[in-house]
Amino acid sequence: MKGAGGVSRWVFSACMAVLVCGAAAAVRGADAELETLGVKSRKQLIRAVVAAGHRDDPAALPVLEALRERRLRVDETGRLYAIPPEGGAALSLTRGAGEPAGERSLRKPRLNNLVRRSLQPVIALLELHSDDREVRYAAAQQLGKYPREDLLEPIGRAQQRETDPATREALDLILAQLQLKSDDASVRLAAVERIADSGDLSLQPLLEELVALGDDGSFAEPDARVRSAAKAALGSFALEQWLVDAAKHLFYGLSLGSVLLLAALGLAITFGLMGVINMAHGEMLMLGAYATYSVQLLFQSYAPESLDYYLVAAVPLAFGVTALVGMLLERSVIRFLYGRPLETLLATWGISLILIQTVRLSFGAQNVTVANPTWLSGGFEILDGVVFPTSRIVIIFFAAAVVAFVWLIIQRTRLGLEVRAVTQNRSMAASLGISTDRVDTLTFGLGSGIAGLGGVALSQLGNVGPELGQAYIVDSFMVVVLGGVGKLAGTIVGALGLGVVNKFLEPVSGAVLGKIGVLVFLILFIQRRPEGIFAQRGRAAEQNGQS
Amino acid sequence: MTTGSAAQSGSRSWLLAVGLFAIAAIAVPLLNLGLAEDSPLHLPDYLVLLLGKFACYAIVALAVGLIWGYAGVLSLGHGVFFALGGYAIGMYLMRSIGTEGVYKSELPDFMVFLDWKELPWYWYGFQHFGFALFMALAVPGLVAFVFGFLAFRSRIRGVYFAIITQAMTYAAMLMFFRNNTGFGGNNGLTDFKRLLGFTLRDPETRIGLYLASVTALLGCFLLCRYVVGSRLGRVLRAVRDAESRVMFSGYDVRSYKLFAWTLSAVLCGLAGALYVPQVGIINPSEMQPANSIEMAIWVAVGGRGTLAGPIVGALIVNGAKSWFTVALPDAWLYVLGLLFIGVTLFLPRGIMGSLLSKHEGTRT
Repeated sequence: MKGAGGVSRWVFSACMAVLVCGAAAAVRGADAELETLGVKSRKQLIRAVVAAGHRDDPAALPVLEALRERRLRVDETGRLYAIPPEGGAALSLTRGAGEPAGERSLRKPRLNNLVRRSLQPVIALLELHSDDREVRYAAAQQLGKYPREDLLEPIGRAQQRETDPATREALDLILAQLQLKSDDASVRLAAVERIADSGDLSLQPLLEELVALGDDGSFAEPDARVRSAAKAALGSFALEQWLVDAAKHLFYGLSLGSVLLLAALGLAITFGLMGVINMAHGEMLMLGAYATYSVQLLFQSYAPESLDYYLVAAVPLAFGVTALVGMLLERSVIRFLYGRPLETLLATWGISLILIQTVRLSFGAQNVTVANPTWLSGGFEILDGVVFPTSRIVIIFFAAAVVAFVWLIIQRTRLGLEVRAVTQNRSMAASLGISTDRVDTLTFGLGSGIAGLGGVALSQLGNVGPELGQAYIVDSFMVVVLGGVGKLAGTIVGALGLGVVNKFLEPVSGAVLGKIGVLVFLILFIQRRPEGIFAQRGRAAEQNGQS
Repeated sequence: MTTGSAAQSGSRSWLLAVGLFAIAAIAVPLLNLGLAEDSPLHLPDYLVLLLGKFACYAIVALAVGLIWGYAGVLSLGHGVFFALGGYAIGMYLMRSIGTEGVYKSELPDFMVFLDWKELPWYWYGFQHFGFALFMALAVPGLVAFVFGFLAFRSRIRGVYFAIITQAMTYAAMLMFFRNNTGFGGNNGLTDFKRLLGFTLRDPETRIGLYLASVTALLGCFLLCRYVVGSRLGRVLRAVRDAESRVMFSGYDVRSYKLFAWTLSAVLCGLAGALYVPQVGIINPSEMQPANSIEMAIWVAVGGRGTLAGPIVGALIVNGAKSWFTVALPDAWLYVLGLLFIGVTLFLPRGIMGSLLSKHEGTRT
């Protein structure tokens, strides 16, 4: 490869020959070209970098890399040295390579962003000579980010000799991008068609430029065939973009919905089945998240080797802790307030304040870090550039499992039977020998425990702080109310529906306005269908909202 | 439920109110401005500010007490009305800064910061104090009217009403947090300089605002007392105790509730308008759901179904808050939490309600 293009190299190096002294002419020529990279002026440096790209000579790669990583040094005669990446004395890059710099005073070339910008594509171009398929592919990707027109020819050569199909395709796409600027309309047309075939959405702006009107009212692209091809390509791009966006919104909507579901499911039990307005429900989420944090701390100190599995232990523990706290609250405060929903609301708000302050005093007011275990980090690339985080996928399944768990308990256990009996007709249930007090306590414990499970999930998605639960309380009530009080299926539909609607609204109106829109919609919806939504059954019907 | 009529049983209660007002209105300026700084009886400036704030809170409590104690409608969204009143006056105060802001522009600083070139249309007119004061009452009233009209028409009541009012204040808070809404976003409106030409920092202005607040409190009390004592007030109490029966007796329950609800919001707006010049800032955190719930506890502590109760409750809870947040800051949330639980469990009629029923008990 070194022998190729010898004539042009000779011509080029002739200008630089004054800088060079001694050594054989051939070596001197090659070195002279490299040593142009040691010039002081940044303008000339950029020119030299681009020239190195045109020569497409891999020998320049170490120099350019050293330059990029600020390891390059130049002595007063213009010879180049590089400090090895692992550090140590600067070694010569030219003539008698590897020779240490010795006592010479070395200059460090100054870089600016312009120089760096010119370096990136040239380095990528030279890396296409690598024997490693991965390196070449990465280089092609890098090159595609900011393709340079002046590198068209060497990229074309690289594409010709490339053997790896993926890299070849990537290079071909870069060529197509560059050929959009060609003077030949048929070349441009072919380029547009290749871009259309690629389906690469990031290239959309280039096509938009073609069909755009210039300031003088004429098209930026003079040829009508090219324009219509670009228009057709844009149409298919728009469809693809829409599909990708829809998939994304659907996934993130489902993810948000599953989080809302986990937050609201416990409330569906305490509020929906028991009619207890528990404003401390958000704090049950928070306690669940802190239980997860505590388990993580315990694993860190006592079983660091199995730290990855702390979540498995955290799930039952969070459920147990929050269920216990819930039962304690029911026994000590809430049961005295049955039938007085407004008072329950205020008292449980008081409880939430106390829980928040207790956590704040014992764990600190700052957010604590709950790390994702390794098996939850990372993600799956579903489509090009669309990555779904593993943690969110797992939480969707976790929410489904919790729903199944609740359904099993309510429908298939003795406790569930008693809960339903007490909900439907309290006095009849009591006269048949069901201890309604005990059922109340256990039901409330179950609802709180489910919230604790929600807390485990929340700890994997965001910050864990004392005020974690406050953000979810309004949303949770909305979900339960939207889905229909006392209906498990309604809660599921409400949560997932709200989540998906929220995510589809977000790009249209912005995150905050989307949320406000959803709240306003809910308020109006409740007004429209109060009876259908507040399908009053069981104890909620007896109390009928009066205080 | 006899507490409502009990409040009116003392026909001289307005005399007591006027008497207390006279003491508050005369003693405070005298002790603050009349005495030398080093006098042991001198009332420091920060206490004047505190008392002025308390008077505003008392108006809020009165407003919440009117709608909750007499009409049985618990609102967890009165913070919105308070904040809207405050924002209206805040807009006037922003406009009256003129070109003395940091950026020396006619526009409020935050708009310059956002690179806005023109005043948004909804800021027009707020350079006039009268217009701003009118809007401070009208905007909360209008919002409450529309919201209440929809809610009461659908016969939403009890906890469901409470929850959607909470959603309302939450949505409004998110709305005002946005920079693009045009009310200063996160930071809200602040750095006020003067009101009607009076410099806000001056002790005399402070006293003036304090007197205005106390006078407004007296006015609101007398107004509520009149409303509650009228035939309308009796219908409201009947609605509270047996809504369906009143409806079946041929009363248009919705209109009665809507009137009380809107009046309550207007009073809240007035309180906000008096509050903001004293504290010198209004931002969206006033709309936090927690603030509105705290307003409900003032009423619960003082006693529902009385007019004096909410005022007493607001003074006691806020007095305790001021003391605890300085002396024992970590303990305050415990105290507040226990107050919520204790009052609902052991003192369902609040302080005034319990006192009055004891009084009645000894009399009969």
